[in-house]
Amino acid sequence: MLKMPTLDVQSSPVDARTETKVVAQDVNVFYGAKQALQSVSVNIPDRAVMAFIGPSGCGKSTFLRCINRMNDTIPIAKVTGKIIIDNQDIYDPSLDVVQLRARVGMVFQKPNPFPKSIFENVAYGPRIHGLCHSKADLDDVVQSSLEKAGLWKEVKDRLDEPGTGLSGGQQQRLCIARAIAVNPEVILMDEPCSALDPIATARIEELIDELRKNYCIIIVTHSMQQAARVSQRTAFFHLGELVEEGVTSEIFTSPKQKRTQDYITGRFG
Amino acid sequence: MAVETVPGPFSGPMAGPSGPGAAASAAIKRSIKKRYAAERRFRAYGVAAILFGLVFLAVLFGSIVSTGYTAFVQSSLELNVFLDRSVIDPDGKREPTALMTADYTLLAKKALASAVGADPANKMQMREVGALLSRDVDVEIRKAVLADPSVIGKTVPIWVLASGRVDNLMKGTLDRNLPAQTRKISDQQLAWIDKLSASGALAKRFNTGLFTNGASSNPETAGIGVAMVGSLFMMITVLLLAVPLGVAAAVYLQEFAPKNFWTDLIEVNINNLAAVPSIVFGLLGLAIFINFAGLPRSASIVGGLVLTLMTLPTIIIATRAAIGAVPPSIREAALGVGASKMQTIAHHVVPLAMPGILTGTIIGLAKALGETAPLLMIGMVAFVVEYPTSPLAPSTALPVQIYMWATSAERGFVERTAGATIILLAVLICMNLVAVILRRKYERRW
Repeated sequence: MLKMPTLDVQSSPVDARTETKVVAQDVNVFYGAKQALQSVSVNIPDRAVMAFIGPSGCGKSTFLRCINRMNDTIPIAKVTGKIIIDNQDIYDPSLDVVQLRARVGMVFQKPNPFPKSIFENVAYGPRIHGLCHSKADLDDVVQSSLEKAGLWKEVKDRLDEPGTGLSGGQQQRLCIARAIAVNPEVILMDEPCSALDPIATARIEELIDELRKNYCIIIVTHSMQQAARVSQRTAFFHLGELVEEGVTSEIFTSPKQKRTQDYITGRFG
Repeated sequence: MAVETVPGPFSGPMAGPSGPGAAASAAIKRSIKKRYAAERRFRAYGVAAILFGLVFLAVLFGSIVSTGYTAFVQSSLELNVFLDRSVIDPDGKREPTALMTADYTLLAKKALASAVGADPANKMQMREVGALLSRDVDVEIRKAVLADPSVIGKTVPIWVLASGRVDNLMKGTLDRNLPAQTRKISDQQLAWIDKLSASGALAKRFNTGLFTNGASSNPETAGIGVAMVGSLFMMITVLLLAVPLGVAAAVYLQEFAPKNFWTDLIEVNINNLAAVPSIVFGLLGLAIFINFAGLPRSASIVGGLVLTLMTLPTIIIATRAAIGAVPPSIREAALGVGASKMQTIAHHVVPLAMPGILTGTIIGLAKALGETAPLLMIGMVAFVVEYPTSPLAPSTALPVQIYMWATSAERGFVERTAGATIILLAVLICMNLVAVILRRKYERRW
């Protein structure tokens, strides 16, 4: 699982510049008066899978949604601190959020294909961003996205059928295809397998492992086994704090913090 | 471990391999009995309430249909009219004014007199013959002559309307066994009617005039044509104004407006407007559109504007509910691939809310179509014979026409009141049916 050499980016800032994709510095999130996230700082490597684990309500999803500014849609949410993707602060007022979300794709907990055809689901992103100039271009993008998402063989003969008619696992892969169709650099996944059966989960996990060769993937998961299976680095969140972050194998075998140990051994959460 | 089962409607082979329920205490047994009795009682109340409603509905429809079905047929006479050149066009110039104003009633009377064998020289008899014909009998003959002036000088068979009394007698609403004085039809006339009826020259035919004619003081030629055109103009006005305005307002309020005191106030007032009595909208229309803006009275555009104001709250509320019902996951999906807020709304939220918006719109339109009170205030209670050529021309509306006929005592108007009500109800049921079908067809489950 950990064939890819990953550097401990926190302890080696020189290498971090080449390997790190997303840098969070002192990120706080408030929902009204309630603080949901306290001073989170973390470096997230490129071309690898980073898993966020932790009990419910610990802030891992909140943090994930900061990375493509999805929290903007909640009127009472307020984010302070810096999140830097490729040397650019994404909370800089001059940055266009639409452009950001084209670079940072997202896959949600529940498969949420548009109630349109399979083709339209994948073609929607490239179309609104003006990425394709001809029908042939668009066809190519749709095909390659579906291929990358491992769905092409199953749906190539029924691209006109509604995306909502697919099985849960296929729907989630369609959502992944939709996300990668706009050619993002970072893919955020918010518990992408929680609504799927074990077989569909296994397929998504294989796919994640395949996709990490080209993308920076950040996945929130409730399942520690899943984090151990798919990720190279893991961050453990608890009560709005980032408790511990490191190479996945180390987090699961020799955690430095007691809270991490308690959680992964099942003492709470 | 043995599971105790409670004897009741759910015990039996499905209850599992537990004991036969002997262990269940008497207290539980009693309380269960009570619970099921309460449930049965509740169901009985529900069924009774529904039956009560159905009975009223049946009585309502029964009385309307039984009074109104006769309005769809009208007694007509087939006359072999001799289109006498000396009466129609004595100059032989075929002048349109001459053809328009010729005494066609006289021709009809002569034709009927020869059909029943009355003496054209006998004035008394001729008056009785004339009373069998509708006062608007000239219309049909003039139409035939104007359509083809070459028929002048020939004898042609033409179906003309019989008078209202003949119609009543034919439909059985006038008792032929009454004494001649109170019957208002003489024995002589009765004999002629029987003769014509037996020969097939007097028959009940489908009443196209009901759908095409305008207002008339003779029930046999009164129709809802003008009222339907007026109602159509009003519905078009409402559709063109209320739908875009209502949907735009709802989308703004639901998706863009900040949540503050002012938007709360607006929301409360929209809900209040939906509950304002419709006559108040009529007063508003009278004050603003007619007295202030100077639009003509009785014009369907004013009616349309008033009904637009009345329908707006309905459409806004329905649209907001439909937009609110679009699951957040779809918005997130669109935002997640980088759609802007406007794109998310235009490409996903509004299309998905469309069935709900359409349903609300159709129900709003149906409500507006049946509305009478505000139209009374803006002068749509009018005797309009000519078809309105534009929304600015005087016209009337379907429910207002019903209201006007309902105030007339003649038997012909009574059946027309019910007949027009049947038509109005049929249109409303069709509209609601379309709403239901749309909802069923496009309803989605996420």
